[in-house]
Amino acid sequence: MSAVAAQPPAAQPPAALSEKPVLEITGLSVAYRSSGADVKAVERVDLSLHAGEVVGLAGESGSGKSTLAYGACRLLRPPAVITAGSVVYRGRRLGGREVDVLSRTPDELRELRWREIAIVFQSAMNALNPVLRVRDQLLDVVDAHLDLGKDEAHERVASLLDLVAIPRDRLRSYPHELSGGMRQRVMIAMALAVDPEVVIMDEPTTALDVVVQREILSQVVELKERLGFAILFITHDLSLLLELADRVAVMYAGQLVEVASAHDVHYGPAHPYTRGLLNSFPSLRGARRELAGIPGSPPDLRNLPPGCPFLPRCGFATGSCAAIDMSLSPVPGATDPWHVSACPFVTPSTPDVARPRLAGAGAAAGGEPGRASGPVAGGAPS
Amino acid sequence: MSDRATRREGASGRVRPAHANVASPASLRGPLVMEADGLFKDFRIGRGKDAVLSAVRDVSFNLYRKAVVALVGESGSGKSTIAKLLAGQEQLTSGEIRLGGSRVEVSGRHDFRAYKREVQMVFQDPFASLNPVHTVRYHIERPVRLHGIAKGRAEVERELVRLVEQVRLTPAQQFLAKYPHELSGGQRQRVAIARALAVQPSVLLADEPVSMLDVSIRLEVLSLLDDLRERFDLAVLYITHDIASARYFADEALVMYAGEIVERGPAEAVTQQPAHPYTQLLVSSAPDPDALGSVLRTGARGLGRQAGSALSTATGCRFSPRCPFADDRCRQEAPPLVRVSADRAAACWRLDVAAPSLVTTHGGGGVEDMAP
Repeated sequence: MSAVAAQPPAAQPPAALSEKPVLEITGLSVAYRSSGADVKAVERVDLSLHAGEVVGLAGESGSGKSTLAYGACRLLRPPAVITAGSVVYRGRRLGGREVDVLSRTPDELRELRWREIAIVFQSAMNALNPVLRVRDQLLDVVDAHLDLGKDEAHERVASLLDLVAIPRDRLRSYPHELSGGMRQRVMIAMALAVDPEVVIMDEPTTALDVVVQREILSQVVELKERLGFAILFITHDLSLLLELADRVAVMYAGQLVEVASAHDVHYGPAHPYTRGLLNSFPSLRGARRELAGIPGSPPDLRNLPPGCPFLPRCGFATGSCAAIDMSLSPVPGATDPWHVSACPFVTPSTPDVARPRLAGAGAAAGGEPGRASGPVAGGAPS
Repeated sequence: MSDRATRREGASGRVRPAHANVASPASLRGPLVMEADGLFKDFRIGRGKDAVLSAVRDVSFNLYRKAVVALVGESGSGKSTIAKLLAGQEQLTSGEIRLGGSRVEVSGRHDFRAYKREVQMVFQDPFASLNPVHTVRYHIERPVRLHGIAKGRAEVERELVRLVEQVRLTPAQQFLAKYPHELSGGQRQRVAIARALAVQPSVLLADEPVSMLDVSIRLEVLSLLDDLRERFDLAVLYITHDIASARYFADEALVMYAGEIVERGPAEAVTQQPAHPYTQLLVSSAPDPDALGSVLRTGARGLGRQAGSALSTATGCRFSPRCPFADDRCRQEAPPLVRVSADRAAACWRLDVAAPSLVTTHGGGGVEDMAP
């Protein structure tokens, strides 16, 4: 593990310039070892999280979002190995002390996990123990990390349910007796059980309905304001992040391709992949627009082409794209001075190119049976 | 089918209109193919007489060739049950399904197979709907042979290649030899679509076909479906919880809540100017990039958290416990689906408060109740 490198200029929002980030990931690389070549799931990622901030991590499945987050907490199991980088944690409770997460022993890690950095996992259905009552699962966490008397621990567990607006009588319930939304709330309560400073949320609401999703997220934001933790929010739904996050980091094929304020991502996206994502979801409000989507499928991480991994799918691609080194550099003319992108050629002011249309208005494109140039032609399975 | 063909009475005691007499915007696309008329489906959930869950209550709609009808609602609202009823996988409690004008009676294997030739389904989870131990070829060859679409090795082979290329999986031979685990989610869903289209059906029931896929892949699969709909004159029932995709993909949107259709109309109008309070809630809950943090920062909206009860004993409007406009009448009497305009209908007593602009434009101060 390398020493703490110089802070990337990109990683700080203007408001928190004076403060050091509570979680700082620098040059983190994770590979899945296999008998053949390594699968480079995460490559040289710099990302930081400031106190009270919501950072959104967006990307399609297989882009390395979860691997990055789990890598930063050392939750990866072989064959995944961290091959480079550093992760520094600076919590308020540590009084200015810096903790190098990657060099800690398992015992030391245990102090850090949950107490300082907690995770809400994607599938509450699987993350809760089906044979234990909600109360016992919450008590487990409290007992493991806090030194409380029995009554105090019970009171804390009950107040945790209050926090996420679940009636206290549900303490005696088993997970299967709760609705999906309630289970996810229990997961959130559990993550917040011992007052962590960083909460990593891995697609916490993907399986839920929009109405429930909104209720839970507004509750999470409210709790964040009250308790002051920072959130790393992982999702493939960029439209959600634009509304929820302060900053958005877009990941593609294991690398960050763009980091900017939510405002800049929405109104002045630079990287062609970010633009593609923004153009992929149908919007409910405003005029109907032509949806373009992103042709092709993600690259095979075992065998990444040189230069930009997005090259084969990119409408702006030029000959020099295969030679760029994918480091994040400031975007000229961006509103957010910390707006960085891995694409040196496309800036927010670059007009959209007419790309091979993805039958966005499929009806009009009908009648061409063998559209063999189709999106998945020869695409590698991901 | 059950003998309870007579329409059930609403909580108010009066007969509720089974069919909202509104012109379906989907009818502009092509001729009528399939009719769902007053569908009811009850599930027993325990012993007592009242332990009945009405998963689907009095649902009527039509499917037209070349048109997409979207069924929108949260999980548990009965969307998938309707798909299963139409697919012949569940028995109706009462009501009638008509295909090409004649009543559907699926009683034996032979009937079922003949029916399947007309009505096919694409399921939500492409990881579960393909058999992991068989290749793509097996999945697509089976319907082709079973239904006698092609005979003889060469003809079958040509048909397989055509089907796989039709869903834009090329080179076809390569994809035919693959196993499901070698495909991405989007590719698997294409295989599922190719399999459904192998029998050249007239109706395609797509139950959340893209909700398990990544956002960037969804659009491709949806536009593929749209393309196929046009080319093969398919009538599509698109089931989704994502009302925004219904706006782009569907001609008509039916919004379901707790087993009932609470609003119907042209997809664009329903999403842009929702009439029913539940549709309004759905629309306002969808992520809104333009809000940039502001809406979520204001905290939870003042809406009740409990979902509407689908128990048969529940009285009144099923949405009333969560509805900001609910009054005593809403809690006691179930509102019928009434016409709001030529092609829109909503089931709400308080439309004058919930959607004043819609009511005053079209009803001259009141909504006309549609007696059957």
